[in-house]
Amino acid sequence: MDSLYTIVFYVLSFLSVYVQVFFLITFLQKRKQIVYHADNLELASYPSVTVTVPCFNEENTIDKTVKSLLALDYPKDKLTIFLVDDGSTDTTWQKIKEFESHPNIKIFHKENGGKHTALNIGLVHAVSEFVGCLDADSFVHPQALKRIMKTFESYPKTMAIAPSIIVYNPKNILQTAQKIEYDMAVYTKKMLGFMGGIHVTPGPFSIFRKKVFDDLGPYRKAHNTEDQEIALRMQEHGYKIDHCPDAYVYTVAPNSVLKLYRQRIRWIYGFIKNLIDYRRLIFKKKYGTIALFTLPSGFISILGAIFLFGTVIYNIGSYASRKFVQIQTVGIEGTPSFHFDWFFVNTQAALFFSVILYILVIVSVVLGRRMAEGRAGFSLTIFYFIIIYSIIAPFWLLRAIYNAIRSHESSWTFERQSATEAK
Amino acid sequence: MQHFEPNDWKKYIITFLVTGALFLSAFWVSNYFTGRKIDQVKIAEDKISLDLMSSEIQFSLLQEMSCKDVSTNALSSELNSLAEKISYSESNIGTENSNVVSLKKYYSILEIKDYLLMKRITERCGQKSVFVLYFYDNDTCADCTKQGYVLTSLKEKYPALRVYSFDYNLDLSAIKAMISIYNVPDKMPALVINGKVYSGFQSIETVEKNFPQLKTLKKKEIPESKETTKKSA
Repeated sequence: MDSLYTIVFYVLSFLSVYVQVFFLITFLQKRKQIVYHADNLELASYPSVTVTVPCFNEENTIDKTVKSLLALDYPKDKLTIFLVDDGSTDTTWQKIKEFESHPNIKIFHKENGGKHTALNIGLVHAVSEFVGCLDADSFVHPQALKRIMKTFESYPKTMAIAPSIIVYNPKNILQTAQKIEYDMAVYTKKMLGFMGGIHVTPGPFSIFRKKVFDDLGPYRKAHNTEDQEIALRMQEHGYKIDHCPDAYVYTVAPNSVLKLYRQRIRWIYGFIKNLIDYRRLIFKKKYGTIALFTLPSGFISILGAIFLFGTVIYNIGSYASRKFVQIQTVGIEGTPSFHFDWFFVNTQAALFFSVILYILVIVSVVLGRRMAEGRAGFSLTIFYFIIIYSIIAPFWLLRAIYNAIRSHESSWTFERQSATEAK
Repeated sequence: MQHFEPNDWKKYIITFLVTGALFLSAFWVSNYFTGRKIDQVKIAEDKISLDLMSSEIQFSLLQEMSCKDVSTNALSSELNSLAEKISYSESNIGTENSNVVSLKKYYSILEIKDYLLMKRITERCGQKSVFVLYFYDNDTCADCTKQGYVLTSLKEKYPALRVYSFDYNLDLSAIKAMISIYNVPDKMPALVINGKVYSGFQSIETVEKNFPQLKTLKKKEIPESKETTKKSA
């Protein structure tokens, strides 16, 4: 049993380090190709773009979201905004109606059918060359669209571009931890973009050539993670997805453990189910990085987190059981004295593997922060991310796996409903 | 616009080699520290061995002189400290590791030497002392952990109690000879207290009841660093 544990530990550690080294080597190879656009950026031409904002109970944030879209530095006659109310039960529809008269905005109201149905309303009515979406809890940087469109202009083969998502105004430790995670994702997403391995075109402001949907069909429910499914569908058909690091979108991160837990169950559940739906891609070299690296590494990270969690629980349980036996046998003894002797410092190889892995993760965070915010510095807040996620992530991973086995879907609508109730 | 990117196999291989190199480095660093620790235990054992020889000679030389001049306590605490380190090495390096096994054998021999010497000293000098030979089994003995706690606790309570722990299954002729001399049964844990054999788990109360001499030993007066009795699960 011990040797099986050791083998699993070494294999998972090796693969986890492999993933981080892969990113780092890609960064060292391609760092000069990371483009940061000038403030006075101009495009050779300004193609038409439609951005759909699906809304379900977004009365608190929709106003700011729409205003950020209206403030985009992009020719107004080339930008259309669709606001789709997916059967909200709060005042979202009234808020949306306030924008009805705006020349760039069209509003739609429909029965609740899920986010993908709201997005598909946008696809049905869009006549532009490019289409995109923006979750109604997110706000765009004024230059975001221009920068994305410049990237399309520079790389005509690119069919979709994902932005850099930054956590908006973190107010507590949990949101700060998420900010670190999102910053790191800027780095990993750009590296995956270089390798052609992006597996999510996130709801906040991914922009597509409309041809993608004309060729491949509309959004699907896809276990409430339509942004993962469309990316996988594109990868299957060889449609290139890139990432624009300085196209910033600000999103409001869940401010409580419960909300974060629900959001992540939906994401991980969606990832697992989409992984199963698209299992035909895995390890097929034709599909490149997505098949050989992204999907397997996502699976490995889930296994790794659960394994780590299991180990911690086992160690705590084993310590508690030893203490229990000791107390049962000899009673509670006086306060034990501590004397430091380096001999008792753990110097097993496993510890050094963990140290290497954590160093690589910290390097990823630092590079991500530099890309996301122009700050390269190391901050102690990095440890918020490492500690908080180490403790709570296994719970949503295990629950998502449990749900996936039972095919118990976690709904975006429910998540929004709960968020509204909590406000 | 279908466009499948060609795979960058070279990068996959380079990543594999870099990751492999990181892993080998981690193993190397770990082995380096393990080696240092084993050396530290060896040095401690050599020192104890020298001290034991010195005590034996001192004892022989002072046969006709006062018993006060023979020191007996320092070695006991050094042996205990060594026991902790060997126990830790067993759980972190491995019970099967040849270096650890060798250190453990050396340690067991030192224990026996200390036991024999202390027995002679206490007999000759008429000191009050209780000797416990504790036989345990690392693999199948569920009660050995509990017995270890009991003995640690007793040693805390009676610092003059001398506990010597032996792995019943250690392939060492000296231990086999002790097992044979005292007729130690193969049911672990087993205790030999001042020559009398007890098999199976013995609670603090049982040991104190069966061995009233314990109460004649001086009890611990001031708190000092806790010493752990070697054994373990």
